[in-house]
Amino acid sequence: MRQFIQGIAENSHYQATHLLQILRQIQSRYHYIPKAAIEQLSGLLNIPRTQIISVVEFYSFFHLAPRGQYELLISDSITDHMLGKKSLLDYLAKKLDVAVGEVREDGVVSLDNTSCTGMCDQGPAGLVNGHALTRLDRSGIDKIAELINQQKPVDEWPVELFQVDDNIYKSGLLLNQQIEQGAALRSAFKRGIKETLKEIDYSGLRGRGGAGFKTAIKWQFCSEEQQTERYVVCNADEGEPGTFKDRVLLNSYAHQVFEGMTVCAAIIGAKQGFLYLRGEYLHLYDKLQSILDQRRQNGLLGINILGAGLDFDIEICLGAGAYICGEESALIESLEGKAGIPRNRPPYPVTQGYLGKPTVVNNVETFLAAAGIAVNGGDWFASIGTEKSKGTKILSISGDCVRPGIYEYPFGVTVQTILNDCGADDVLGVQIGGPSGTFISNQEFDRKLAFEDLATGGSFIIFNSSRNILDMVHNFAHFFAHESCGFCTPCRVGTALLKKQIDKIVDGHGSAGDIVALEELCQLVKSYSHCGLGQTAANPILTTLERYPDLYQSRLKEISFEPGFDLDGALETARRMANRDDAGAHLAQTENEHE
Amino acid sequence: MSKAITIDGKTIPFEDGQTIMDAAMAAGVYIPHLCHQPEFTPHGSCKLCTVKVNGRNCSACTYPAMDGQDVLNETQELIDDRKKITQMLFVEGNHFCPSCEKTGNCQLQAVAYHLNMLDNHFPLFYPDREVDASHAEVMIDHNRCIFCTLCVRASQQKDGKDVFAVSGRGIHKHLIVNAQSGLLKDTDLEVTDQAAHICPTGAILIKRTGYQVPIGERIYDHKQIDQVSLAASGSRPDAAFPPSLAVETEHLKHGE
Amino acid sequence: MANKIRVATTSLAGCFGCHMSFLDIDERMLQLVEVVEFDRSPLTDIEHCTNCDIGLIEGGVCNSENVHVLREFRNNCKILVAVGACAINGGLPAMRNHIPLEECLNEAYLDGIGVENPQIPSDIELPLLLNQVRPIHEVVKIDYFLPGCPPSADVFWKFLTDLIEGREPSLPYELVHYD
Repeated sequence: MRQFIQGIAENSHYQATHLLQILRQIQSRYHYIPKAAIEQLSGLLNIPRTQIISVVEFYSFFHLAPRGQYELLISDSITDHMLGKKSLLDYLAKKLDVAVGEVREDGVVSLDNTSCTGMCDQGPAGLVNGHALTRLDRSGIDKIAELINQQKPVDEWPVELFQVDDNIYKSGLLLNQQIEQGAALRSAFKRGIKETLKEIDYSGLRGRGGAGFKTAIKWQFCSEEQQTERYVVCNADEGEPGTFKDRVLLNSYAHQVFEGMTVCAAIIGAKQGFLYLRGEYLHLYDKLQSILDQRRQNGLLGINILGAGLDFDIEICLGAGAYICGEESALIESLEGKAGIPRNRPPYPVTQGYLGKPTVVNNVETFLAAAGIAVNGGDWFASIGTEKSKGTKILSISGDCVRPGIYEYPFGVTVQTILNDCGADDVLGVQIGGPSGTFISNQEFDRKLAFEDLATGGSFIIFNSSRNILDMVHNFAHFFAHESCGFCTPCRVGTALLKKQIDKIVDGHGSAGDIVALEELCQLVKSYSHCGLGQTAANPILTTLERYPDLYQSRLKEISFEPGFDLDGALETARRMANRDDAGAHLAQTENEHE
Repeated sequence: MSKAITIDGKTIPFEDGQTIMDAAMAAGVYIPHLCHQPEFTPHGSCKLCTVKVNGRNCSACTYPAMDGQDVLNETQELIDDRKKITQMLFVEGNHFCPSCEKTGNCQLQAVAYHLNMLDNHFPLFYPDREVDASHAEVMIDHNRCIFCTLCVRASQQKDGKDVFAVSGRGIHKHLIVNAQSGLLKDTDLEVTDQAAHICPTGAILIKRTGYQVPIGERIYDHKQIDQVSLAASGSRPDAAFPPSLAVETEHLKHGE
Repeated sequence: MANKIRVATTSLAGCFGCHMSFLDIDERMLQLVEVVEFDRSPLTDIEHCTNCDIGLIEGGVCNSENVHVLREFRNNCKILVAVGACAINGGLPAMRNHIPLEECLNEAYLDGIGVENPQIPSDIELPLLLNQVRPIHEVVKIDYFLPGCPPSADVFWKFLTDLIEGREPSLPYELVHYD
């Protein structure tokens, strides 16, 4: 092991910023991070062991205790649940004789849940040793169980288990037109860098992650900073459940994304860029590396790009299972090899980002659009969309519809139009923008996708009338509690309390006072949390409570108060040990119930 | 002319580089806080110091003071919500004051007293946490840790060591120490380190000193935390002045 | 006086320290009984409460009997008050919460030092232990909280006189203590 770790540390030039990448390799090789490895790394990277442990314990894909040689993770997105995930997971656990969350006694396999893996259009999905599994069904699971029991190496498993499709059903401005390699850079150099920034400004392009900050202004601010060492970061930590468009863009439009980053580098004066790729998209890594190599060979990356005097290169950094790293300052912390805890702002990343230097962080789709604008001019983009939301939006559509996949629409499109196109009938409502977004009911399908109405990072999950909204709320509440970084009190404790409170109501133990308590808690978490995660964690509850108060009420008991824990269950141990089962050995949950 | 913000209508002068908390403390205005100590880099995690700045919630300890800011501090809404945030800190840990030797000197308790917190409001978590009594002179009771990171910062910034760190995610956050064994005795912590004395709660305690001052005669048994905090920061309550006097007194202060 | 205010008190998983502290109001007790009549309470030996105005609960909930008593109080008291640290957050008895109940029972009745005739008590007259001690606000709705271990006699006095004289009870800084 010493030699192995020495080798990867050397390959990383002993840089502590590469800690995540180093730990990924150790986890992949040993299926945990051994203590001895931590000690050795602490010396090699010259950082305290506590820094390494805190990173290991922060990211879901790292473990201090051994996992199985086959680490199986099943996606826990609501869309996977809608596709029958629960029964498949039970089947898998039984088939492999391993409990969920555990390692099998022989150490061969471990099984657990994981947050949405970004395969909502082809779920139920999972990961085996980091590699994406799609369209899981019973026969697939039989096959997987057999392969594991034969201890067949993952790279020898049949490729169909790992088949990932783009599923592009509707192309618009961006998806219709693959620009030629280097075209955006040539146009930018020819037009002039300043003029290109003007075109991007004129295009009205706003950040595609959901927040919608104007791209040209961000780039300009960064370019005006005094410090000359600057960075470009592409945020491909697409963790919002129900979103998968960046996966498709990086699979089929990566050149254009990299080109957008390079145009940005030319404008802000950056020499180094990073693609922060979520760990769940490991299957794209090699392909993206070869595209970068190709671009280097073609003079589109590296020294003196296209002879225009621009030096710029891109490095791919993989995440390790943390939704919070989609927040730009948490992402930067992660790039620096640390736990993904959002920073205090100000200062903003354009002033002090990666290693304290001015940094532009943009979404994959933003860079894609910027490259298109560099080629075609601002007017090409600005002539489409609405007044405040120019251009198009690429949507990830999943849930109850005939054709889940990727759809590109001009901003301003109505929800109803989208539902018609993807073949969704009998729709109860749509979760727009993922769990952190808004749930809209079937009374609101004339609303428009645009920053001025329904802003979205692209997640669009459809629920038909056979679905129970509270199942969704329950799933999202657990998601946020799992993904809270724990930095600030309102989110750390609040998301855990929200989870408890929703469990209580969904399990039918809620009383009238519980809804009041729930709303009060939602407001607290929303108003006082440190970052966007906490500020939006209560949205699924608030937006459904507003639209379906009766649904919540129907789960409540006709009493003013009910205990928040299972009273009779709390007597179970004592009952067993005293060997009793008489009436006095039981407690009713409320007095109205028969004891 | 120097720059100023208003806090609850009172004009508060500030200098460039100061946060709202800095300006408030210097002027004798108390904003509740637990993770903040003026001598260390602000952390902004406990959220007790949340104030409304021009209508938006901001952490006073990290948010820069800017000319003309209208800051609300002691509104009923903020006081009520700060109480709930304090209750969150109580329910996530195991805070049994009667059996804690820090009682009466504990800032978590004192903030709760100050906010007139009488109950826990939320369901209790009763987490399973350890006590590390391995060190000869200092002990850690993880049951009482609120993840303020003051010990982490004190160790790095004052003691020039790296004894503590906060690890884990979400509700599973926990304090760890820098030793291969994971035990405090194997770190380079010394009882004279500032990190050993900085804990606002009873999570890090100096052994054999807990009852030198009897219960009932301790800091917050007699004084509210606002007075104690402001006195410790050496603030001059006279630095806050009614708007009408603001301009006149300004030159005096600069002449000091 | 015909319409005296009826007060019931009890100690669940508590040590009666709060009751002792209540008695520390000393001669003020004479003033109190002018307007107050005690119902179920260790002070009266009345076994069950009937239509009370105020119920004072000391101690947390550690077993099934505590649950029944607490419910009786909630059903019969217009105002229910959590008195002392144990009622509010489980207090010292709740410090067993991180030890699995099975281990506690084994230690106490089977393999602990000095145990003779080891057996887990199994009489149907005995209440069973909950796996964790809980504060009373998690089992029934509570109207007021008096912190302290115990709350001082002045806390009882201030609270009861406020309530009796029709004021919204409040505790000034000096009276708020958790220890």
